[in-house]
Amino acid sequence: MNFWTDPIAAVAQGLMQTFTGWGMAPEVAGIVTNLLGVVLMITAIMVLDIFLVWVERKVVARFQDRLGPNRVGPWGIFQPFPDIIKLILKEDITPTGADKVPFNLAPILSLGSVIFLWAVVPVASRIYGVDLNVALLYLVASGAIGTLSIIMAGWSSNNKYALVGAYRMVANMVSYEIPLAASLLIPTLLAGSMSLNAIVEMQAKGVWLFLVTPLGALLFLVAAIAELGRSPFDLNEGESEIVAGFHIEYSGMKFGLFYAGELLHAFTFGGFLAALFFGGWHGPWAEEYPLLGAFYFVAKAMLGYWVIMWIKYTVPRIRIDHMLAFNWKFLTPLAFTLLVVTVLAHRLLMSLPLGLYVAGMFLVNLLVAWATLEVLRSSARRQREALGTR
Amino acid sequence: MTAEQIIFYLTAALILVSALMVVTTRNLIHAALWLVSTLFGVAVLYATLDASFLAVVQVVVYIGAIAIMFIFAVMLTRRDLLDKVPQTNTSWPWAAAASALMAGGLLFAGSQLNAFGAARPALSGDALQGLSLALVSADGFVLPFEVASILLLAAMVGAVYLAYKK
Repeated sequence: MNFWTDPIAAVAQGLMQTFTGWGMAPEVAGIVTNLLGVVLMITAIMVLDIFLVWVERKVVARFQDRLGPNRVGPWGIFQPFPDIIKLILKEDITPTGADKVPFNLAPILSLGSVIFLWAVVPVASRIYGVDLNVALLYLVASGAIGTLSIIMAGWSSNNKYALVGAYRMVANMVSYEIPLAASLLIPTLLAGSMSLNAIVEMQAKGVWLFLVTPLGALLFLVAAIAELGRSPFDLNEGESEIVAGFHIEYSGMKFGLFYAGELLHAFTFGGFLAALFFGGWHGPWAEEYPLLGAFYFVAKAMLGYWVIMWIKYTVPRIRIDHMLAFNWKFLTPLAFTLLVVTVLAHRLLMSLPLGLYVAGMFLVNLLVAWATLEVLRSSARRQREALGTR
Repeated sequence: MTAEQIIFYLTAALILVSALMVVTTRNLIHAALWLVSTLFGVAVLYATLDASFLAVVQVVVYIGAIAIMFIFAVMLTRRDLLDKVPQTNTSWPWAAAASALMAGGLLFAGSQLNAFGAARPALSGDALQGLSLALVSADGFVLPFEVASILLLAAMVGAVYLAYKK
C-alpha cells in the first residue's frame, strides 16, 4: 500500500504489523491503533487552534489598520505561546457561591462540542474519522452540547451578568438552529445523503453545490455565524451592558478553553461551509493524492474562516429583539421557502444535462432572492406609510 | 465479556445512577443536569444498537431542546432552587414494594420471550434508509407519522394563540 495514495491506511497497517510483532492480540492492536489515530487527530486540531489565535489577531489588526502581533518570531507567529504561558500562570479563581462541578465542566464541554465535530469531517478523500450516515444531524447535536455548556457556565458562575449573557446567547443559539437545520437540509436533499463524505463525493463528480444553491450557502453562513455567537450576533458579550457575558467569572486557562473553542468553532464552520458547498477536498489531483486534498480542504476552510472574521470585524452588534425578529420573521420563512423551491426545481430539472441543470437551479435561486427583496421592500414601504400617517 | 458488553454495563450504570440522582438531589438545576446525563446514556445505548439516527435525534431533541427548556423554566420561575421539605412521605414502603413488583414482573415477562438472552440479529441493508422508507410508505407507518405531525401543529397553533395579544 502506497503512502502517497492512501496515507492513513498505510500508516495504520504499519502500526498494526509493529504491534502484532510485539506479541499483541490483533483486536487489542486494532483498538490501540484507532486510539492513536484519535489522539493524533485531536492533537493536530489543537495545534492548528494555537496558530488560529495568531491568525485571528493578525487579521483583526489588518482590518483595524494596525500591525498586530509582530515581536515574537517572524511576523509575530509565536505570539500564542507567550499568551498560553500567561494564561497558565494566572490565578485560577472560583467565585464564592459558584457551583463547582458545572463551573469546571462547562469550558471542557464547550471545547469538546467543537472537537466532536472533527470526527465526521472528511479532510481528504481517504482521510476522515468516520463516514457517519447522519453527519449533518450530528452537527446540530454537537451544537446542542455547546448550548448546554453555555447555560452551565452562566448559571454556575453565580453572577447576574453571566446569567443574562447566557440567556441571551442560548436564546440566540436555539432560535438560529432552525434556519441552520433547514439550510443543511438543502445539500442533504440534493445529494440524497446526510453523510458528509457522500456530499463531497457528489460534488467532486458533478459540480460544487454553491453554484446549484448559492442562497442556501448564504443562509448556512448567516446561521453558522449566529450559532458561533460572533459579531453581528455576539449577544453573549457587551461591554456596556453585561461586560464579558457568560464567561465573565472565568480566569486563566478556563477562559482560554472558551476562547480556543470559539476560534476552532469558527474554523470548523469554515470547514463545513467548504465541505457542503465548495467541494470539500475536491481540486486538481486531489483524488489520487489525499494529502493534496487535505491541503485544498484546509485552504477552503481558512477562506471560510476569513469570511467569518471579515464579517465579525466589519459589522456592529444588533439588538436582541431585532436579532430574534430577523430570525423568526425573515430567515426561517426564507429557509423553508428556499427548501421547498429548491427541491421542486431539482425534481423538474434533474433529467436535463448538467450545464442546463446548474443554470436553471442558479436562476431559481436568483428568482427567490429577487422575490425576497420585493417582499421586504413592500413591507418596508407599508411600515413607512403607517409611520407617516400617524 | 466482549467489548460491547462492557460498554453496555458501563452505560447502564451511568443511566441508573444519574436517574437516581435526578430524583434524590435537592438542587433543581442539578436534577436537570443529571437528567441530561441520563438522556445521554440512552443515546449511547442507541448508538451501540446501530440506531445512529435515533442516537443523534435523542441528543438533539432531549438535550438540545427539552433539557434546555427545563433549565430555562426552572431558572425563570423559582426564586429558591433548593427544596427543604422532606423527600419522602409515609407511604414510601408501599411505593417501593409496588415498583419492586413491577420490575420483577417485567423481568419475568421478558425472560419468557424466545429472544431473551439471544444475540442481536445483524441489521440487513442501510438502517437509516429502512427507517425513512418505513415512515413514508403506505404499508409502513405513514399514518401515525402524519397524525403525529398534526398533533405538533395543533400544539404550535395553541402556543401562538396563548401568546397572541389582542
